[in-house]
Amino acid sequence: MTADPRAADHGAAVPPVSSGHRAAVPLDPSLAPPGTRAFRDAGGIPADQWHADQDGETLVPTHCCFCGVQCGMYLRVDRGGKVFGVEPRNHDINRMRLCPKGINAYQQVNHPDRLTAPLMRRSRDEEFAEVSWDEALAFTVSEIRRIQEMYGKDAFGLLGGASLFSEKTYLVGKFARVALRTKHVDYNGRLCMVSAAGANKLAFGIDRAGNPFSDILLTDCLLIAGSNLGECFPVLTQYVWGARDRGASLIVVDPRETAVARTADIHVALKPGTDSAFFNSVLSVIVEEGLTDEEYLAEHTTGWEEVKAKAAEYPPSRAAGICGVPAEQIVQVARTFARAPKAMAWHARGIEHHSQGVENCLTVINLCAATGHIGKPGAGYGTLTGQGNGQGGREHGQKADLLPGGRSILDEEHRRQICEVWGIEESELPTAGTSMMEMVWQMQRREIRGLIGICNNPFVSLPNYRVVKEGYDATEFHAQFDFFLSETAANAHVVFPVTTWAEDDGVMANAEARVVKHNKAQEPPPGVRTDTWVMCELARRLGAGDKFAFADSREVFEELRTASRGTVIDYYGITYERLEETGGIAWPCPTTDHPGTPRLFEDGRTYHEDGKIHLQVVEWHLPMDPYSDEFPMSLTTGRTVAHFLSGNQTRRLGALVEQTPRPWAEVHPSHGFRTGEPVRVVTRRGSEVFPALVTEAIRPDTVFLPYHWPVPTSANALTIDALDPRSKIPEYKVCACRIEHASELDTVPSPPVAPGHVAYPETQVSRTDPLPPTSPQGRGTSERS
Amino acid sequence: MMGRTIFIDPGRCIGCQACVSACRECDSHRGKSMIHLDYTDEGRSVASLPTVCMHCEDPVAPCAEVCPADAILVTADGVVQQADTTRCIGCANCVNACPFGVPKIDLGAKLQLKCNLCYDRTAYGLAPMCATVCPTGALFYGTVEELQAERPGVQVADTFVFGETEVRTGVAMVVPADKVQWPVPGGLPVVEINGKDVRR
Ligand code: SF4
Ligand code: SF4
Repeated sequence: MTADPRAADHGAAVPPVSSGHRAAVPLDPSLAPPGTRAFRDAGGIPADQWHADQDGETLVPTHCCFCGVQCGMYLRVDRGGKVFGVEPRNHDINRMRLCPKGINAYQQVNHPDRLTAPLMRRSRDEEFAEVSWDEALAFTVSEIRRIQEMYGKDAFGLLGGASLFSEKTYLVGKFARVALRTKHVDYNGRLCMVSAAGANKLAFGIDRAGNPFSDILLTDCLLIAGSNLGECFPVLTQYVWGARDRGASLIVVDPRETAVARTADIHVALKPGTDSAFFNSVLSVIVEEGLTDEEYLAEHTTGWEEVKAKAAEYPPSRAAGICGVPAEQIVQVARTFARAPKAMAWHARGIEHHSQGVENCLTVINLCAATGHIGKPGAGYGTLTGQGNGQGGREHGQKADLLPGGRSILDEEHRRQICEVWGIEESELPTAGTSMMEMVWQMQRREIRGLIGICNNPFVSLPNYRVVKEGYDATEFHAQFDFFLSETAANAHVVFPVTTWAEDDGVMANAEARVVKHNKAQEPPPGVRTDTWVMCELARRLGAGDKFAFADSREVFEELRTASRGTVIDYYGITYERLEETGGIAWPCPTTDHPGTPRLFEDGRTYHEDGKIHLQVVEWHLPMDPYSDEFPMSLTTGRTVAHFLSGNQTRRLGALVEQTPRPWAEVHPSHGFRTGEPVRVVTRRGSEVFPALVTEAIRPDTVFLPYHWPVPTSANALTIDALDPRSKIPEYKVCACRIEHASELDTVPSPPVAPGHVAYPETQVSRTDPLPPTSPQGRGTSERS
Repeated sequence: MMGRTIFIDPGRCIGCQACVSACRECDSHRGKSMIHLDYTDEGRSVASLPTVCMHCEDPVAPCAEVCPADAILVTADGVVQQADTTRCIGCANCVNACPFGVPKIDLGAKLQLKCNLCYDRTAYGLAPMCATVCPTGALFYGTVEELQAERPGVQVADTFVFGETEVRTGVAMVVPADKVQWPVPGGLPVVEINGKDVRR
């Protein structure tokens, strides 16, 4: 593959790092680690001291609503109080940078597709009608009552979302347990980083990244596993390039040559679904060559002997065959990572979306522990959260098995503590429910008969679309909270029009576990209510009003702080005022004078009682969907930079649609396709036709589909609903498939448009664009003029 | 070479088009982007690079040179401005003359549009919108010293060769270190570009 010339010269241009070399580099204050004073002072005139352009314009400091980076931004608000634009903000996290999603995010606030009145119908055969809030709420409550009286409390389920503010995710968990009294509550973060969460909990007793992003700037070796970081977290590339500028080596493990992979010192293009075999093998080399940190292992870990013995079963000669990469590359990775004075590993969905997602993450943790790269500036691990509040979304009880503060719903003491905060009897608190995909299976089997969905779009985001559709169709009642009519909302009986992120206050925790505050920039349009208001009003009508007497987010946050007090996920010391002053505080933060904890384990202790890292033995196994003569290739899925998750938000924004108008199938030239030709991708679940994007940047045995579109161009109509047994995350990143020549492309469906509203004409034009993308990064034309 | 300028580093570009979106948001031509994103090795690699207005210095910017209405003015600090709306006749001569494909014509308004280095921002000491948001630093705004302080060993060039014509630009490009041959009067090294050794 042709690399970019600079990548080839990078070794020559940047001398190897030594501390002497670093000291010799003149210090520019803008290079100071984010969070320090010098950093804040650098970088030009901060936008808040700058005269806004328009007369009467104000700038409201807030954060991007999309990914787990949580870039700071200003929303431009006009004299009439309407959001009309964006200004970069010199926040610690992003230092003015934004990706195209962040720049265009503001356009959804006053988008013509916004839902502005509740929609209702009594059966799915009817059309939606706009009704009053009272009517929609009354119908919902009577349906909840009917279903729960007929089939039991647990026949009604609640599915939340990890793009909600933490206050709202806290309310989702409380609403399910206290108002609905159902055990069936889960959230779409289940599709995001629960594998990493599970692995971190097992190994370290704490569920979050060990280091802040700024540590990337200090490392000597950065291992990025299963993350298309350039497209999914573009703003983090400034940290990656910053590390590279200082001579750090970059190792990327990914079946595709992504934008970051093409600049890597070592790009391991392994076969999807073989990550744990690869990392076990790297560990075997580290042991073999005596590169382990035995002192660290003896003092800080348990289970090392077993892990070492298992790794020895994966010598590079064997792993090379499993993973489809050269054995020398495995050795090279081992040496580079282990010999670096400071090394870090960051991973994302690429290794987590597997039926052994937790185990994949554990093998990465084993590497960090074996080499002692933990808990130091520039050394440690992190996980890149897909959703804005992917981290915070599971911390306070939205997950089936968790109560606020990450307490276990099965632990008697934990249950008692929360019942005290909530003012209910312990006998009233349900036990653990099932995961999101399992709930859909239960809907299919009619064990769950009614559902409320808040801030999620499973019709696009869950695997095996046919099963999902069947499950939702089988429900007797389905209500959805959203601000656009998503594919899932279009299936509901009731749709509640709720606020966007710019119309309410609230906090989110980003991928570093840094809690940041979003500020309200405009009043919601008439007819639109906050999710908090809707949940509290439903609770009141269900007879639990006294437990839900919250006027706004601040009041919910105050209860959340108290509810988390004394746990590992301690928010007690975090207040709205402190967040506004500091630009974010990482938990645990037990007291209001505690600075927060950006880096974990600095004292060498984990959050297990013995203070050690509990290393886990991992055996690699094949993905769940078996390869056969009929289905010999791997299908893998992922994101493109212009779109976010199920696309409910970004597929409506003209600039982003224009940038990436439709999905495609990325295939290797060896299959004889020409770019733009229709290629049929077939799996055991079905088949769909996409324009081919022929590129050497993908393995010959692998096909890639971006997943942001609904059927009939939906990657998730083809993926398998196999789950990791521990985290219950679906195996999105690998299933067996084959490709065939087809005659015609499947059309790209328009997103549903709310009654009485029109979509942007510009968006409509682009959506029917038959052109295939012009590069593996999936761009259409950048500009049409 | 103007003091603070844009440096383009294709080695960093991830093709995200944040620059394209940001340009569309800036107030001098809101709704239209003046940046192209080019893919240098399509079908083989994901390599990409942005093309912003290069603010040509020597010879005088080709777009300005060919403008029959004298609508494209160059400021003292070397910024080639967008065509003056009171003079532009929308003839598109500039579009044809620009070797980098930068100016565009708004067909409805019959007026030229091009990047003016976010004059509304740079005049206040702010970076242009594209270089502010570029998440990777592939677009960097500052002086060459600032760039080199941040990126040790970085080499830049500001001369491009098109056939027999050599164009020196106000915007500079980061180049592979081993290609850099000698310094030029502008203070920056010249490089072999487009396969041609510019010494000949
Ligand atoms: S989507 Fe992520 S990287 Fe892009 S602007 Fe938003 S928070 Fe930043
Ligand atoms: S914003 Fe930066 S990284 Fe993204 S396409 Fe533009 S120049 Fe490249």
